[in-house]
Amino acid sequence: MANADCIVIQGSNMAECHPVGYQWVTEAKARGARVIHVDPRFTRTSAVADKHVPIRAGSDIVLLGALINHVLTHDLWFEEYVRAYTNAATLVNEDYRDAEDLDGLFSGFDPETGQYDMSTWAYAENEDGAGGHDGKVDAPAGDPDDGAEAGAEAVEEAAGQQLGSGGAPMEHARMLHDETLQDPRTVFQILKRHYARYTPEMVQEVCGIAPEDFAYLVRSITENSGRERTTCFAYAVGWTQHSLGAQYIRTASILQLLLGNMGRPGGGIMALRGHASIQGSTDIPTLFNLLPGYLPMPVAGTHDTFEDYLAAIASKKQKGYWAEADAYTTSLLKAWWGDAATADNDWAYDYLPRLTGAHGTFQTLTSMLDDEVEGYFLLGQNPAVGSSNGRMQRMAMSHLKWLVVRDLNLIESATWWKDGPEIASGELRTEDIETEVFFLPAATHVEKSGTFTQTQRLLQWRHQAVAPPGECRSELQFFFELGQRIRERLADSADERDRPLLDLTWDYPVDAHGEPDPEAVLAEINGRHLTGPDAGRPLSSYTEMRADGSTSGGCWIYTGVYADGVNRAAARTPGQEQAAAAPDWGWAWPANRRILYNRASADPEGRPWSERKKYVWWDEEQDRWVGDDVPDFPLHLAPGTRPDPDAGGAAALAGDDPFIMQADGKGWLYAPKGVLDGPLPTHYEPQESPVANALYAQQRNPSRVLFARQDNLTAPSAGEPGADVYPYVFTTYRLTEHHTAGGMSRWLPYLSELQPEMFCEVSPELAAECGLEPYGWATIVSPRSAIEVRVLVTERMTPLVVRGHTVHQIGLPYHWGVGGNAVVSGDSANDLLGLTLEPNVQIQDSKVGSCHIRPGRRPRGPELLDLVAEYQQRAGATVETGNTRIDVPGTDRSADPDTDPTTDPMREH
Amino acid sequence: MSRFSPLEWPVLRQIRSGDLLGRGPAVTSERTRATSPRTTTADRVVQSVCPYCAVGCGQRVYVKDEKVVQIEGDPDSPISRGRLCPKGAASEQLVNAPGRQTEVLYRAPRATEWQRLDLDTAVGMVADRVLEARRNGWQDADEQGRPLRRTMGFASLGGATLDNEENYLIKKLFTAAGAIQIENQARI
Repeated sequence: MANADCIVIQGSNMAECHPVGYQWVTEAKARGARVIHVDPRFTRTSAVADKHVPIRAGSDIVLLGALINHVLTHDLWFEEYVRAYTNAATLVNEDYRDAEDLDGLFSGFDPETGQYDMSTWAYAENEDGAGGHDGKVDAPAGDPDDGAEAGAEAVEEAAGQQLGSGGAPMEHARMLHDETLQDPRTVFQILKRHYARYTPEMVQEVCGIAPEDFAYLVRSITENSGRERTTCFAYAVGWTQHSLGAQYIRTASILQLLLGNMGRPGGGIMALRGHASIQGSTDIPTLFNLLPGYLPMPVAGTHDTFEDYLAAIASKKQKGYWAEADAYTTSLLKAWWGDAATADNDWAYDYLPRLTGAHGTFQTLTSMLDDEVEGYFLLGQNPAVGSSNGRMQRMAMSHLKWLVVRDLNLIESATWWKDGPEIASGELRTEDIETEVFFLPAATHVEKSGTFTQTQRLLQWRHQAVAPPGECRSELQFFFELGQRIRERLADSADERDRPLLDLTWDYPVDAHGEPDPEAVLAEINGRHLTGPDAGRPLSSYTEMRADGSTSGGCWIYTGVYADGVNRAAARTPGQEQAAAAPDWGWAWPANRRILYNRASADPEGRPWSERKKYVWWDEEQDRWVGDDVPDFPLHLAPGTRPDPDAGGAAALAGDDPFIMQADGKGWLYAPKGVLDGPLPTHYEPQESPVANALYAQQRNPSRVLFARQDNLTAPSAGEPGADVYPYVFTTYRLTEHHTAGGMSRWLPYLSELQPEMFCEVSPELAAECGLEPYGWATIVSPRSAIEVRVLVTERMTPLVVRGHTVHQIGLPYHWGVGGNAVVSGDSANDLLGLTLEPNVQIQDSKVGSCHIRPGRRPRGPELLDLVAEYQQRAGATVETGNTRIDVPGTDRSADPDTDPTTDPMREH
Repeated sequence: MSRFSPLEWPVLRQIRSGDLLGRGPAVTSERTRATSPRTTTADRVVQSVCPYCAVGCGQRVYVKDEKVVQIEGDPDSPISRGRLCPKGAASEQLVNAPGRQTEVLYRAPRATEWQRLDLDTAVGMVADRVLEARRNGWQDADEQGRPLRRTMGFASLGGATLDNEENYLIKKLFTAAGAIQIENQARI
């Protein structure tokens, strides 16, 4: 970010939530970069930015789409970059219908399941019916046996959750192109049509942003993009926690590709993540849908055999490094099951359990409420406070037979049975709760060694400073011991279902205190040669992995962190003693690369786009890529190289295919598959919204995941009766002085003193409208609950005029919870939130909700429930409210294949 | 040194120490003068990483008598260059907070209070419960006979505050046990 010429921070309050990282924004600004903050609230980030642009929460795609439209219609895109490095020229299937054609739905929508059949979104192939275009065909026809469209087959369901490290798979990489970009079926022309209605006027109407602010923003980013300059975007959960959150990021990706800002210094889209190793716990996932390194968990019916599984991840004929997924998978299975994993048993593939749909934290929540889950481990997470719809979270735990809480402190998720809000309201009685609760104290970050992976994929080793006190233990030790106990108890079992546990490699050296050696675990993750002269030697790179069982490795993208038996995550050459990219401090996956896809920092001929933005380039004399970073490209693949059209994998990459994890080597302006809610991002209103969708009759993301339940009611949106009962928008956020649900901050006297009490931020206008007194109490009511907060009246909150009426937004930090053990406690903002999920990644729609606010404290005891119910009745909220998929009943527009795509999409609203 | 030594007159002290405005060394108390920073008397300094957000700021952990006495920013870190935010700067209290729970606690069904339990017993009880829940929630195949080989009997939540090595063992053990409902903060 320090190298950027313009930085747009949107969906993040970076200066307060990542204050030390923000020094690099400050560095850029000191060198003359322009910093713009787009956010519903004026925060400290806004205060130190060149400009704050207030926006209505949940409308970002309209703003970003309008930037795309402006860039396209004013020919401000980086032509050479876009032509060479993106799929702009690729032709799309002629049966594709855009959301602009079908009033908010893309072709292939099934209203029953809420899922799309993506086959019409695919790239076109050279077959009958595809011949009418003007452009050249630079690839031979597909095999006659191939499916009709490249990449049309393979997994549809849940696939979108698994694409953490590259695009969706394709059968091969031979597509049709029109290099003139004029064919109406090119990605470029589809993009132009799709965003044609995203105008500055639409931005004003939907986002509440004035045309002059939009002009400033568009001028800033376009004047600071191109050969000589780069613009960077930064976001956090302000972009992700929406019913179409993944599409927010996609919209920014399209814009950054059009401006040529990907893979270049000072460019990119920075995800500002919020936990020390949240990146690591995604890479080595404690997540239901993934195995380490973004390999999918097998799905019943799709991945029944090892062959099916591998075919669904990637084709051997597609471009890039995913084509070697068989080597990564086999190495993982060898790491886990050692000698029990053989060629004859497909490397113990059948030891892996199978998914049958989404089994995420919120699906598990409803299973708990249905008494289908007996036991629950909480490992440093506090869902009673930190997860949406807190009441559902706590009630679900009361249905468990047993609960194990491993944490530093007695968090609310450990004590809800005696001092939770439902005890106070009378819904639960301690003496009736059957749940056994174990509290097992954990070790802090200085009481154990190991690696965190920070937000830019950098692994940093921590050295143990002291032993953990009392009965505190690391998770490493606890889980090692738990595994030993379980295996001891099953030692004599002849049951076939116990083989995966008994055959598991579970033998780590321990120290005098019984703590396993974390370096031994890191070495297993890195992988090693198992046979031949190198047997036992750590792998240096994932390209050394083989599918024949001769290598092991627990997470292929981490291979190299323990190359030559050296713990590279512990590298600590002081920053001041090395170059800016600091390659000798920690280790970044993959292969210690600091900027991904950095081949794009050079032009197609391999020359830096400019001297000023020089980063990685082709050195003719050395016959290799060189530069300030580890090149993210085959080291000796010359810029002009054309691959054998029948090749697959890395050998299929052309010298100008910088996006080496994509099946066609290109940056995807348009996603021909893999994104479950549409190939292009399009605007829908949040689950709860005070305004009707200005673009389509379709109000909400039709693919969102619904939980239509009495304990999860939705407020009526604009145009629906009862919407005025919850007229205000609330949004949640973090403070500098606290961390998430408070488990690591509300027990610290220093931090508790700095931010002692739950509060809300409201504008003077809203305070006047509702009679709120500064520093007095207010009660905020949503269809889920009511909470009390202190009132902070501040001009930092700006009422916005949207579609003719004033939208008031209320800001709520979410760090407090009700319990008896923390230094400070208070009502939890998450109790107000409902559960509606984004379909690709199953994240909850928690950045926007509807509420009412009134002066005074909330009622105590059962009267609290009466208050919530009274609002629900007045609004007429039922389980159906907000939970219909298609908003014009009886019309299934997606089923109409004859819709004319040339129909004027400009609807009147 | 006599309490009333004329050499200790404030004006003389100000001149002697160069602290002409009397805001620095000239006016420090004897107690302050006798104090030295904990960072200078530590037995050792250990390099670590801040446990809060994902920026990954470098920390230096100062240890004396096997206790953490201070945590400072690591100026060598090319990420943070010695800086810490209020949370990172307070992380010594995360280790030494007076209210930190360092003993195993157990709440029996319908009980109104915690009771003590030793760690070894607790781990054994948890192992028994995992196996029982695993058995009760076991699914061999779906209704079409396709293999599932999994248990829906127990679930796990959390991991984003833990080490990669720890997440690796959690995923490895639970997957081998057939558990699939494994989730962490990255979902939310």
